[in-house]
Amino acid sequence: MSADQHALLLDRGNLKRRNRFNKAVEVVSTVAAVLAVAVLVIVVGSVFLKGVGALSLHFLTTPTALFGESGGGISNAIVGSAIIVAIASVIAIPIGILIAIYTTEFAPPSIAHPVRFVLDILNGVPTIITGIFVFGLLVEGNHQSGFAASVALAIVMLPIVARTAQEVLTLVPSTLKEAANALGIAPWRSTVRITIPTAAGGLITGSLLAVARVAGETAPIILLSSIVSQGVLTDPGEPLASIPYFIFQSSESPSATAHTEAWAAALVLIAFVLVLNVVARAFYARSRKRMGA
Amino acid sequence: MDVSRDSTESAPMSEARPDPQTDPQTQSGFTAPTVAASGSAQGSTTRDRGVGTVELKQLNAYYGSTHAVRGVDLAFESDKVTAIIGPSGCGKSTLVRCINRMHEEIDGARADGQVVLDGLDLYDSRIDIVAVRRAVGMVFQKPNPFPTMSVFDNVVSGLRLTGASRGDIDDRGREALVGAGLWEEVKDRLKAPGVGLSGGQQQRLCIARALAVEPEVLLMDEPCSALDPVATLKIEELIGELKQRVTIVIVTHNMQQAARVADTTVFMLDGELIEVGPTDKLFTTPDDSRTEQYVTGKFG
Repeated sequence: MSADQHALLLDRGNLKRRNRFNKAVEVVSTVAAVLAVAVLVIVVGSVFLKGVGALSLHFLTTPTALFGESGGGISNAIVGSAIIVAIASVIAIPIGILIAIYTTEFAPPSIAHPVRFVLDILNGVPTIITGIFVFGLLVEGNHQSGFAASVALAIVMLPIVARTAQEVLTLVPSTLKEAANALGIAPWRSTVRITIPTAAGGLITGSLLAVARVAGETAPIILLSSIVSQGVLTDPGEPLASIPYFIFQSSESPSATAHTEAWAAALVLIAFVLVLNVVARAFYARSRKRMGA
Repeated sequence: MDVSRDSTESAPMSEARPDPQTDPQTQSGFTAPTVAASGSAQGSTTRDRGVGTVELKQLNAYYGSTHAVRGVDLAFESDKVTAIIGPSGCGKSTLVRCINRMHEEIDGARADGQVVLDGLDLYDSRIDIVAVRRAVGMVFQKPNPFPTMSVFDNVVSGLRLTGASRGDIDDRGREALVGAGLWEEVKDRLKAPGVGLSGGQQQRLCIARALAVEPEVLLMDEPCSALDPVATLKIEELIGELKQRVTIVIVTHNMQQAARVADTTVFMLDGELIEVGPTDKLFTTPDDSRTEQYVTGKFG
């Protein structure tokens, strides 16, 4: 190679500019990623700092005090939230997974695509609208109830469960379905015994994420289950207390103690959501390993 | 011909997926004489002569408007290994997938003509597609053991999920592993995950899984293309041992492999059958000039 050609290699020209641009993009995107983490840390951190003071065993195991009195807790809200979310899950998770199985395993594309699209739209419906819909359906002419709140939360959960389940089921290698097919295993059986077990971790992940998502849902609760009686109630036919509504109500109160209690309840809620997310990730990791991803 | 044409045209994708409720009936509705005749074809015992003969009559296969297999007439003899060779895209995989009716599982794919197994047309409208797959097993390019199942559960998965009686399962699973030459290697880890085996072992596991349901015909679609030479050799030896029990049709890219394992070799080009003959003859003195060009490496 002659010296002239080496000179060409040394002439960095616009290469320098490109390198600078490269560096800039790298820095900006890193900052964006750090920002996302920072927001979470700040939210969780401030909830923790402001709420941890009021958090005690007494707070967790005592029902909310009468209006104007202090020294109450959130046991009724925890129980109420648990019942509302549990009923919503029982409704939404099986239906959501069945929808996903139908669209990924059985439906022709001409049906599967529209169903997917509808689920995406349903996912985007503001929860206050879901709340009003259920209000008209179950509460109007009747009365508020924990069950009505469950139905609203189930509608919110359904597209989340169904879409994540679809994603996971499509990750199951088609070679496994082909193998089952070639063994003379009926399609329904191979779905139940091969596809679903292979995707089980991911299906659990989607369900847990949906639970975490609706556990803090407030708008429908205000409409559907907010006029609650005293004490720990368990009948979903009656309005039930809930953590999100407790936070909302306490933070509206002028009392400083009530504000601290709202922070403490928020801490309980966010801890629940975080734990659920971590568990969900673990299941997802297991599932991906199974599917060779 | 007419019957089979009708059956394929009236058998869209939906029909290929039978209702699980009617399934047990349709399973018993398929009474291939072969299954009864050689029900005891287990272990290393040989089966009755002539059982497991497959004849293709004017077989055509399509993907949408693409005509992938063009009017093939061909017979696969019992107790013989038949290799199908030809350049990529010549329709050899499609051809074997028509034999167990896996071809029509692909969207927009269809086939017409006849595939006659021991006198019974598998494209007859009375035939249940799921039952066809039990009589005609298949091994794929890449080993595909079920990841949630142990070695043993993989082998007997076909039996369990097609409703074989419980007592039978252990023996037949073991026999299948012995038959696939895998027993000695895995007998101490039958409960370990199937995907923990080496690639070659996984492929023999898949062969064992296919053998466990005791098919009359075993289709192998480039079964060694993802394996190293040692694992390939083991599978080739296995093919030689298995041919007394099951009619073997192997698709291969590798002409040396065809020469090593096959009694009969078929050369395909652009969806057409160009030449079929004893392997020696096809590789040394083929009748067709295109065959000669291909086997001597002039194209493909």
